[in-house]
Amino acid sequence: MSLLETIDLVTGYGDFQALFSISLSIEEGQVVAIIGSNGAGKTTLLKAISGLLRPRDPGEIRFNNSAIGSLEPDEIVRMGIAMVPEGRRLFPSLSIEENLRMGAYCRRSGPWTIDRIYRLFPMLRERRHTPSTSLSGGQQQMLAIGRALMANPKLLLCDELSLGLAPIVIRDIYAAMPGIRAEGTTILLVEQDVNKALQTADRVFCMQKGQITLQGRPAELTRERIKVAYFGM
Amino acid sequence: MITNPISYRVERSTRADRLAFSTLLLCVLLLCSVPTWASRAQMHLLVEIFYYLALAQAWNLLAGFAGLVSVGQQAYVGLGCYFFITATVFLGLPPILSLLLAAVFTAVVALPSAFLVFRLRGAHFAIGTWVLAEVLRLLFTLVRSFGQGTGMSLPISVVHQISDSRMTREIVLYFVSLALGIGSVLLVFLWLRSRQGLALTAIRDSEAAAGSAGVNQQRTKLAVYLIAAFIAGLVGGLVMLEKLRITPAAGFSVGDWSANIIFIVIIGGIGSIEGPIVGTVIFFLLRYVLADYGSWYLITLGAIAVVIMLKAPQGIWGFFAKRFDVHFFPVQRQVHVHTQTSETIQDLQPKDIHV
Amino acid sequence: MFWINTIIQGALIGGLYALFAAGLSLMFGVMRIINIAHGDFIVMSAYLAVAVVGLFGINPFLALICVVPIMFGAGYALQRGLLNFTLGSDILRPLLVTFGLSVIIQNVLLEIFSADSQRLQVPWLETASLRLGDQLAIGLMPATVFGTAVIVIGGLELILHRTDLGRAFRATSDDSDTARIYGVNNRHVYAMATAITFVVVSIAGVFLGIRTIFDPTIGPARLLYAFEVVIIGGLGSLWGTLVGGIILGVAQAIGAAIDPSWDTLAGHLVFLAVLLVRPSGLFPKTLD
Repeated sequence: MSLLETIDLVTGYGDFQALFSISLSIEEGQVVAIIGSNGAGKTTLLKAISGLLRPRDPGEIRFNNSAIGSLEPDEIVRMGIAMVPEGRRLFPSLSIEENLRMGAYCRRSGPWTIDRIYRLFPMLRERRHTPSTSLSGGQQQMLAIGRALMANPKLLLCDELSLGLAPIVIRDIYAAMPGIRAEGTTILLVEQDVNKALQTADRVFCMQKGQITLQGRPAELTRERIKVAYFGM
Repeated sequence: MITNPISYRVERSTRADRLAFSTLLLCVLLLCSVPTWASRAQMHLLVEIFYYLALAQAWNLLAGFAGLVSVGQQAYVGLGCYFFITATVFLGLPPILSLLLAAVFTAVVALPSAFLVFRLRGAHFAIGTWVLAEVLRLLFTLVRSFGQGTGMSLPISVVHQISDSRMTREIVLYFVSLALGIGSVLLVFLWLRSRQGLALTAIRDSEAAAGSAGVNQQRTKLAVYLIAAFIAGLVGGLVMLEKLRITPAAGFSVGDWSANIIFIVIIGGIGSIEGPIVGTVIFFLLRYVLADYGSWYLITLGAIAVVIMLKAPQGIWGFFAKRFDVHFFPVQRQVHVHTQTSETIQDLQPKDIHV
Repeated sequence: MFWINTIIQGALIGGLYALFAAGLSLMFGVMRIINIAHGDFIVMSAYLAVAVVGLFGINPFLALICVVPIMFGAGYALQRGLLNFTLGSDILRPLLVTFGLSVIIQNVLLEIFSADSQRLQVPWLETASLRLGDQLAIGLMPATVFGTAVIVIGGLELILHRTDLGRAFRATSDDSDTARIYGVNNRHVYAMATAITFVVVSIAGVFLGIRTIFDPTIGPARLLYAFEVVIIGGLGSLWGTLVGGIILGVAQAIGAAIDPSWDTLAGHLVFLAVLLVRPSGLFPKTLD
């Protein structure tokens, strides 16, 4: 039984349909990456899973074998799905520590506590009471990840972790992945950086214009096949 | 689905719309004949109906089309009253000219007012306009030459300038009011059909998209605000002519000139020209039916408005227009796309086309 | 000396205006709603106190024990049962629904209590004064109101910064979607914000009833004062509303000292001046 399954998922924004029958499944403990260019529908997919968008039918998204399509986002995080949103979306009025505490608002128990997050990302501890806006891009991304981990999720959704960050910073952020994986967290990451995705993931899906155009293990996928699936030429 | 579109033409109305328009013309002719058969009380009621209609059209233009929710139109009605008095009593000008001048001066005062209140947005703008109206009300309560709080009456001499016969005066008043009512409907209708109007509908549907398409929003909104003030000024002068007496409390009454009007437009249907017409009729019907019940009348009005805003925000007219696709005042533009086979002509509403 | 006395009295009464505004500020901060019926709910609280005092014959301050919980519940129910359904990108809906509510409340109060003026009597408080030196005397009533305002605003700040709920308020105010994905049930949180607002509203209402005679129609004017204080003080700042309240109170006191009918007008003019010169207020926090 898969941890997360989408079955012919269809959703969109008002009259605009963004996803056309997306079917994928994620096994517990896996790291799965979704790659694709802008507008492919990757963020829409994550929004649907986290409950910010409704699928056409509630049964199109199943988590731990129950349909979650009609649930509110606050109910979904309580079930064990937490998201690191695109662009981080930290709370500007809150300090670093308050942002982390917001992650724990859903009160799920688990290995991740504030101290553990500070051990994972030490530079956050030094500035814990300063506003989150005072951090650099990379540090903000780490705070965003830490916030999501505070929810002790079974499934962690990461939307474009590397967006706008320098390669060395991206490397530092991805260095945290093994530690997260070791706690048994399943990770679904959306990435525009194809290399990072191929390096990190057990399984890769490629999306284009709201549809899955390619899937497989990184070793199985050639440059050529990825290029075609990514750009559609 | 649209396949291989060859050509398109932009049409403003369907055949059903044109039929409806002819019906409207007949109504106007009927209204013109009123002085020949109606009683004095009935004519006064119609006068009131028409100036409420004018205010409703103005508020609809402001809130429904330009997104400017004002709770301060009473400022301009009051100003219209007092400018009218100034023109007739203090400047000795003839009444009809004074009416127009009052409206013009009201619009002139609206200009710096706009400068002030446009600094606010949304709900803040609404209350800001209310504060402005209150300031004017309080100011006029302090001015001695206008009779302060007890107000002022229109002298008989001014009234006689229209005509010495009371019957003629009533008929003139009626036709002025009719002209105001029909004029306001026509004004809004023609404005919306013009290029400015297309800009306005674009602003209403999406400010961001309109901005990126080059629509000058501030100027359009200012123009609408001034038009609404002008109409309110006309109503103010007319109210003065009809009631012959004004106090600051009555002239700048938020209940009469804002609350009632807002209820009319909400219940009738915001965002269409027919809506305020339907709303005005319903309003006066309700007033007649619940006349003996004092505050229950207002409670009912408020409750209906709340329910409509929650369940059918497009109002009673909007509800019927959607179901039967009727438009007495077609202000949408329909794109007809002709494909290869003549049987598959699609009619798209502008909102079906996505940017 | 007369002027110093006037200014101090005005500043203290500004505490009442700050109480009017604090609730409005909280609701707007969390939900971006301005409740047009805000002033009418303040008046409703005063009438509730009248009813409680009439029923049990107790002191108006003791009546707060009944009035506050009732208004807390009313606020929660109003938001959860009605106003939550008006939220969205269209500002017309909450505006017009609360406008309708305002008219309904005024007229229901009119039906139940008639248009006769009412007053909550606390005779010893109204006339008592504290002497500071031999020239200065401050009324005990204004001082009590001001003190209460400081305590209430301090309490609100404590809630906002030291409790989970307060953190949820601030997070929702920043970014409600992101707050939701971390477990904030916004249906409930919005209702709590309104409930807490109504607690402040009820306190303000009782003080209003003690300070002046009131009738069902004075609600809208209180809304305007509350709004002016929020704008003068700066959106999003609760202590700013205290400052804004002081400024409005002083402006009205000075206006009244020049001529009794000038008080409200003076306040409005100061508001317009602030709007002209510094539209974001004195201590703005929220960026809209």
